Amino acid sequence: MISKEDVIHIAKLARLELTDNEIKKFQKDMSEILDYFNLLKKAPKPKALPDNKNLKTESLRKDEVVSNFDIREKIILSAPDKKEGYIKVKTVF
Amino acid sequence: MDLTNLTIEKTHEGLKNKEFSSKELTLAYLNKIKKSDLNSFLSITEDLALQQAEDADKKISSGNFEKLTGIPCAIKDAIMVEGYKCTAASKMLENYVAPYDATVIKRLKEQGTVILGKTNLDEFAMGGSGENSAFGVTKNPHDKTRVAGGSSSGSAASVAAQETCYSLGSDTGGSIRLPSSFCGVTGLKPTYGAVSRYGLIAFGSSLDQIGPIARNVKDVETIFSAICGKDKMDATSQNYNFEEKDFSLKGLKIGVPKEYFVKGIDPNVEKIIRSAIKKAEDAGAEIVGISLPGVEYALACYYIIAPCEASANLARFDGIRYGLSKSAENLLDTYLKSKGHGFGQEVKRRIMIGTYALSSGYYDAYYKKAQEVRELIRQDFVKAFELSAKAVDLIFCPVSPVPAIKIGEKTDDVLSMYLMDIYTVSVNLAGLPAISMPAGKIGNLPVGLQIIGNHFQENKILSIASKMEKLLN
Repeated sequence: MISKEDVIHIAKLARLELTDNEIKKFQKDMSEILDYFNLLKKAPKPKALPDNKNLKTESLRKDEVVSNFDIREKIILSAPDKKEGYIKVKTVF
Repeated sequence: MDLTNLTIEKTHEGLKNKEFSSKELTLAYLNKIKKSDLNSFLSITEDLALQQAEDADKKISSGNFEKLTGIPCAIKDAIMVEGYKCTAASKMLENYVAPYDATVIKRLKEQGTVILGKTNLDEFAMGGSGENSAFGVTKNPHDKTRVAGGSSSGSAASVAAQETCYSLGSDTGGSIRLPSSFCGVTGLKPTYGAVSRYGLIAFGSSLDQIGPIARNVKDVETIFSAICGKDKMDATSQNYNFEEKDFSLKGLKIGVPKEYFVKGIDPNVEKIIRSAIKKAEDAGAEIVGISLPGVEYALACYYIIAPCEASANLARFDGIRYGLSKSAENLLDTYLKSKGHGFGQEVKRRIMIGTYALSSGYYDAYYKKAQEVRELIRQDFVKAFELSAKAVDLIFCPVSPVPAIKIGEKTDDVLSMYLMDIYTVSVNLAGLPAISMPAGKIGNLPVGLQIIGNHFQENKILSIASKMEKLLN
């Protein structure tokens, strides 16, 4: 069972405001789910397959390109608070 | 003549032979949607639909038109249609208007299709029942006391209830196949990288795929071939040209994994799937018993990886750039309040699980371990399709251990809700294509057969599925 303090700490890391009821509910739900994850401890480590069958991930991202597809203004239009073509942000401190 | 029960093929012929116009067709569907009590649509894009229908009719009378020209469709409300709301069924995006078209929408518009509206889903596509929508559950057209399945609940229910000719959904852990199975329609989850996700609201980026839902296999193929292929806006999309090819059941090796027929499956579902497999065997297929030992761990693996990716993807909803914003004194409080008010229970739960699993001290035990297990699962399929002495062409198995559940049946039991995804998540973890097609019914409730293929072998899946369709009807 994870503690109430753990739930509050994780919520803070996730920048989520939770009600007292939610904290209680998530303490129970997360504990159940995390217990279920213990199943993975039994799983063996994968062994390498013959060379050409191993996962190649480099091909997925190598051709990422910058484009001049300009939707800047439309994007800014979606912001709740904006001024003179910029998105307004609250003070950080 | 009822225009709303025709397949794409038949609708196309009708338009070509001037039996009806796209406008008449569109109005017939809009009329059905407005009368519906299923809650399958979150918004109707009537002005867009009528304009597109008018344009399509002009194109059709010019004689130069394509297969999907003038044919009405519905779009999961996680896929952006420029100028129209895209809510992801979340209060967070209740008033968000899409600033651009998703690539799949661009491709459908180039074909001259008609967009009727945006369909209901589990909030941010997180759920297997459709009950996590912030705007109400989608009812199953076959039994309104039951769920339509999720997360593409409205996309499947609207096709089944003849409120649209076809639809688009997205599938991260079963979200096209599960509702297709529950609603008795045909849905394809394409190979990871086959269809661009640009303009799809991201959930689990290493898992998400957009795919079609329709009345039959041929229609699914028509839509898939229109939306697939390389897109420079999605770096994971591959150069892939779909080519229709004929495969015969005669001599085809069909793998049946023993792990998919264990405790927990409804005996009536098992009977229907076994009888479908028998029919394939009678038509000349060779049935091969196979083992996918990693499947035992698939659900736990998925429910670590997907929430981890979700917690990163959903960090963007900060109350600053777009979506719901709760004004507060400082930046941190704006984040806390906007997310706290904007997200529903299931989304919060997954963000919490993901944040926990990625946090320092737990990363190795959860995320890293899950990545290892993911490789194990991927290797199981490589062995089944390529490396074993009896390598199989396709795998046949159920989509879900149960037919559509009652509304509310599992909402208090998170883990038992997750268990409905047990037969679908492995496919996403391994990046494979799979179809769900109707195989039979338990009373009123449809049961889907899942056919899994090797990467980019959609043509084999579709060709065999279309043969199975004839055997099962």
